[in-house]
Amino acid sequence: MSTSSLARQQQAEPQAPTPAGFNLASVRAEFPILRAQVNGKPLAYLDNGASSQMPQPVIDRLIRYRTSEHANIHRGVHYLSETATAAYEGARRKVQKFINAGEEREVIYTRGTTDAVNLVMHGYGRAFIGEGDEIIISQLEHHSNIVPWQMLRDEKGCLLRVIPCNDAGELQLDEYEALFNDRTRLVAFTHVSNALGTVNPVKQMIEIAHRRGVPVLVDGAQAVPHLKIDVRDLDCDFYCFSGHKMFGPTGIGILYGKAALLERMRPYQGGGDMILSVSFEKTTYNVIPYKFEAGTPPIAAGIGLGAAVDYLEAIGMKHIAAWEHELLRYATEQVGRLEGVRIIGTAPHKAAVLSFTVQGVHPHDVGTVLNEEGVAVRTGHHCAQPVMQRFRVPATVRASFAFYNTFAEIDQLVSGLRRVRTMFG
Amino acid sequence: MDSKQLYQEVILDHNRKPRNWGKLVDPSHRAEGVNPLCGDHIWVTLKIDSGNIAELAFEGESCAICKASASMMTANVKGKSVAQAERMVREFREMATGKLDVAHQPNQLGRLAVFAGVKDLPSRVKCAILPWHTLHAAFSNQQSASTEGEADPMGLPAVKLNDD
Repeated sequence: MSTSSLARQQQAEPQAPTPAGFNLASVRAEFPILRAQVNGKPLAYLDNGASSQMPQPVIDRLIRYRTSEHANIHRGVHYLSETATAAYEGARRKVQKFINAGEEREVIYTRGTTDAVNLVMHGYGRAFIGEGDEIIISQLEHHSNIVPWQMLRDEKGCLLRVIPCNDAGELQLDEYEALFNDRTRLVAFTHVSNALGTVNPVKQMIEIAHRRGVPVLVDGAQAVPHLKIDVRDLDCDFYCFSGHKMFGPTGIGILYGKAALLERMRPYQGGGDMILSVSFEKTTYNVIPYKFEAGTPPIAAGIGLGAAVDYLEAIGMKHIAAWEHELLRYATEQVGRLEGVRIIGTAPHKAAVLSFTVQGVHPHDVGTVLNEEGVAVRTGHHCAQPVMQRFRVPATVRASFAFYNTFAEIDQLVSGLRRVRTMFG
Repeated sequence: MDSKQLYQEVILDHNRKPRNWGKLVDPSHRAEGVNPLCGDHIWVTLKIDSGNIAELAFEGESCAICKASASMMTANVKGKSVAQAERMVREFREMATGKLDVAHQPNQLGRLAVFAGVKDLPSRVKCAILPWHTLHAAFSNQQSASTEGEADPMGLPAVKLNDD
């Protein structure tokens, strides 16, 4: 880290009430990329909602696997294949414990959240949802939890119903309840809105669906890095998330599903590893989870995900949630105070996401000027165009935080926004 | 590059006070341009008389780079022949993608050279180019233009924004 950014961080310490047992400076020191300079300024990485950074222990684990443990899994009887298999399956067990799934076989490796939703659309939707049936989704969904269901609608002639949200960005539960009827076959919604940060009352929403006997898929991509997830407490039927948003590698994600549902589902893709026996007359599919895991997976990424889980558990999700709460509070206060800035998404219960617009300045221009100040934010529609339409904006600027962010980085964002106002004023 | 080099006063000025803003009532040519991923959306309307651009106007919703590019485009091609304007379309595109060095190679771009810096910001190149694609589409009476993949009337490789 450069001396200037270190000094800035120390100055910020008195303002920043980090929770007991959480040492921000030592956490930051474990993320090598955070020492980077961008355009001559210390990097302020506030685009964690798009993808988070990896700590040294995860990077080291990937290097160790690639250096000395790689072979194909579930195949060979030789030493390396057994080592790789043990590490990959060990990571599955870590994920199982991390989300408190009942059984290992309920944890399916996917390419990411999008792949997990598509797996359920193909494996469950195409098998059990037909013409005239209905699926409930929400206004807050990422495109990846809209488009697969539209593809199913177009194929099967089923209907999509949408839970509306209010001006604060909260889903309307009374309207949600009113959407159910005897043709409702599935409910799919996000745990945390990627565009606004709203934390939905998922446990209550699942309970409402289950009272009517309807299974629920939860998109947890934006929740897993911020909150302690307990799939058995939530009682969700499916829970989807991505490795690269929780400090692990890209190319790996998880579908949690209840065993009874997974067993009834069709395989997603055909190929090696997902079969027990194959002849030209008949193929017998493998048991879950392997039934859904055709072909050689991204083995290193799976092992890296396991290392990310270890890392998060060592820090403690409680500490993470507490510090991110402080970051969101400070950022909302500081950014909200700027003239001409409108914060989009003001639900009382939010994860560490701050979406906003600057009056008279397009978000892409804001993003380009902030980049000049070393600040990385996401600008655009965040793959959530229905959310943008709801708030009548073409796009927003989104700062999304992780536990390694500091008050000094928020100050850097605010000073960049002041420069935007001056330039375009 | 420093964003000051891109957001020069002339660009900021055209963003604040776009020239030739609006839609012609009875255009001979028109086209709509969209960057689907970032949401830039503009309309260009023209009156072409004996191969010359007699009148043109634009409006839409876009970032400062796109709006200033469109405004300066209208100011610079008005009164020119379609053939001259098409040459400027080609040169502008080459400048924005770093294939034309306006400081050292002959060109007709004049003050439009203020957009040369956009070549160093790959995610913003299509913002600057969209108005020119739309003008080109209007000449050939295509109804719409886009800087994405197949819909790109000029065969420019799609420049995609990151998706999350």
